Amino acid sequence: MNQFTKKFLASAMLGTLLAFSAHAATLNIHNGGDPQSLDPQKLSGDWENRIAGDIFEGLVTEDAKDNPVPGQAESWTISPDGKVYTFKLRDGIKWSDGQPVTAGDFVFAFQRLVDPKNAADYAYLQFTIKNAEKINKGEITDLNQLGVKAIDEKTLEITLENPTPYFLNALMHYTAYPLPKHVVEAKGQDWVKIGNIVTNGPYKPVEWVPGSHVTTVKNDQWYGAKDLKIDGAKFFVLEDQEAALKRYRAGEFDILTDFPTDQYEWMKKNLPGQAHVAPFSGLYYYVINSTKPPFADKRVRQALSMAINREVIGPQILGTGELPAYSWVPPGTANYGEPAYVSWKDLPYKDKVEEAKKLLKEAGFGPDHPLTAELKYNTNDNHKRIAVAIASMWKPLGVNVELVNAETKVHYDQLQRGEVQIGRAGWLADYNDPDNFLNLLVTGVQMNYGRWSNPEYDKLIKDGNAETDLKKRAEIFKKAEQLALDDSAALPIYYYVSKNVVSPKIEGFVDNIQDIHRTRWLSMKE
Amino acid sequence: MIKYALRRLLSTIPVLWIAVTACFFVLRLAPGGPFDGERPLPPVILKNLAIHYNLDKPLIQQYLIYVGDLLRGDLGPSFASEDFTVAQQIMIGLPYTFTIGTAAFVLAIIIGVAVGCLGALYQNKTPDYILGALILVGVVLPNFLIAPILQLIFGIHLAWFPVGGWGDGSIKYLILPIVVLALPHAGRISRITRGSMIEVMNQNFIRTAKAKGIGPRLTVMRHALKPALMPVVSYLGPAASYLLTGSLVVESIFGLPGIGRYFVNAALNRDYGMVLGTVIFYMVLIVFLNLLVDIAYAWLDPKVRNR
Repeated sequence: MNQFTKKFLASAMLGTLLAFSAHAATLNIHNGGDPQSLDPQKLSGDWENRIAGDIFEGLVTEDAKDNPVPGQAESWTISPDGKVYTFKLRDGIKWSDGQPVTAGDFVFAFQRLVDPKNAADYAYLQFTIKNAEKINKGEITDLNQLGVKAIDEKTLEITLENPTPYFLNALMHYTAYPLPKHVVEAKGQDWVKIGNIVTNGPYKPVEWVPGSHVTTVKNDQWYGAKDLKIDGAKFFVLEDQEAALKRYRAGEFDILTDFPTDQYEWMKKNLPGQAHVAPFSGLYYYVINSTKPPFADKRVRQALSMAINREVIGPQILGTGELPAYSWVPPGTANYGEPAYVSWKDLPYKDKVEEAKKLLKEAGFGPDHPLTAELKYNTNDNHKRIAVAIASMWKPLGVNVELVNAETKVHYDQLQRGEVQIGRAGWLADYNDPDNFLNLLVTGVQMNYGRWSNPEYDKLIKDGNAETDLKKRAEIFKKAEQLALDDSAALPIYYYVSKNVVSPKIEGFVDNIQDIHRTRWLSMKE
Repeated sequence: MIKYALRRLLSTIPVLWIAVTACFFVLRLAPGGPFDGERPLPPVILKNLAIHYNLDKPLIQQYLIYVGDLLRGDLGPSFASEDFTVAQQIMIGLPYTFTIGTAAFVLAIIIGVAVGCLGALYQNKTPDYILGALILVGVVLPNFLIAPILQLIFGIHLAWFPVGGWGDGSIKYLILPIVVLALPHAGRISRITRGSMIEVMNQNFIRTAKAKGIGPRLTVMRHALKPALMPVVSYLGPAASYLLTGSLVVESIFGLPGIGRYFVNAALNRDYGMVLGTVIFYMVLIVFLNLLVDIAYAWLDPKVRNR
């Protein structure tokens, strides 16, 4: 074969490869921030979850609607006392390097997660597992004491501290993903570098340019690889939402995972059907320091809560129609049903204001004796707009508000120290269960920024979590929620919405309350 | 010249040490820590993280550990990106920032000098007014305003260039960010060049050249340009530092993976190691660029060379 023929053949092969790759369905996702790591035990953000959930798979995984479905486990049984879960792994499951995924890989991963040496941010999400918290605190040093055992290569047994009805949901979280023991042990901290990393999900990462993108391709070793419609994804780092929308309009992105709210009306007209605004398992609220006067007085807290005109915040101030929140647990949360609501929810706004004035007057405040309060929020245009609006809603009550903003780190530092009278906060559920919200108001919990405390509430939450009957558990939780709402423990303002923009060529994108959309459920039209 | 350069470099070591020390302590005194956020971590996790990153030790001990690592060439870990050390991140971002920055720097000089010379040659005539107005627009409009406009026109409506991203690094991806980054500097260089050129053109040796019958273009190119560029060169030092260390706004709007974004993001995240790493990197770069400017000065001005 002469040089020319060799070159010609090489060019033809390259051309064929390029033509093939040009037709490959690659999903371009605007993913927001830079991932902290590809190691699922070092993550903390939803933008990282999008990547991690595509490249790893836990015992339980999520369907397109975010319901738990079998993942690496094909089935499981739960002991009558609700404490022991036994999982049977699928036949033939493999890591992307062809090595089998075994029950031992799960044991290794859970032990590594709770090992204090590894300082995993989110280890506490699996503290429901027997001895997990004690090991993480250093009270138990033998990792084998953790309630996760490999009965054999295909069988895994997990023992919990207490029955936990949301445990299957918690297993969908990235803290419950297995790790390739053979690679982690061989490569140490470098196991996660491109070139070393092996994964057990539908896709595997092949490129990571910090500040730019993470590229994944189909993992042919995954049990369902032949059914995947998308060959791989590029998760782009870009925090400027305006710029992201422009790149979407230019066809450079297929999905935006957030968008500037002031563009929503424009998008409805110009990109019909592409902007997805859907209920999201999250609550935007104001904490109120109930340990110090005047906010220790329930009447003051309730008056402030009643005077917030929630109906205008979503449609008019934010422009994306976030629903007004009158409960602490967002509607649609699993294992719960309809949440409890504040008793005055359906009063006309005018009456709410009148009632608020009356309550404040009883507490000794009014136009002649104004209440002054400091409202703190972290720097963000939307937080500012909402704070300004709420301050003006409180004005007729004779409440003078001083607005104080700070960057996120400082703001949350102040909240945790209790250096706040009224402060902005928000919570997005880690797992789909009312406990994840109700726990925020339990005495002594770190996120209980307002320091509201009620022993009866604490007892109800404890009792609810010990109850294995889901219906009875929901009833107990609802009593607790009602108690907190009646006492205006904090001021719920609106339920978050998820904001995605999805190209018409993408199929299979289903809005869901956790805003989780794995690439494996999507397909792309030509 | 080599001795001079070495002396200059060595003299920056104490400055660098003071800056690193000040930065280290100021960062630790700032409210909010690297692990504060919307989701507070349980005390047990915070304790584990503090041990992992030596944050549980007394401040002075943390400082000594940092300086010790630094002397061994280790810039330490990044809290916000656990898979890469600070040094690795800087090395990853550097080629992107340098490519865009160098191209913008060259473009700014070419446009700036050319427009400045034309302005001087056609002083107070129509081309001077038109170019002056255009340059003013380039200088006055901030790049966070120009960038979206160019993206809209050339990316979305005309579809000539990608709106953002690095892509495969081909020139079509780079044109818009380079232009946006270069424009304000081109404007400032042209104004400096114009003013300086007008001054030089009124000097005796230029009159002599003209009297000898040398044409205006040749006069400018052969006699006036070199002395007229002296003030431009003094501007190039800070301009190069700015362009080569990256522009936060341009990298953010165009989604480029350069190091320009690191500094601000790191400061907001209280990513102590990354802040210190970028400070050290910027300082070393600025020292080096200023040295280059001094060398260029010496080349342009024999008086400086012989001093």
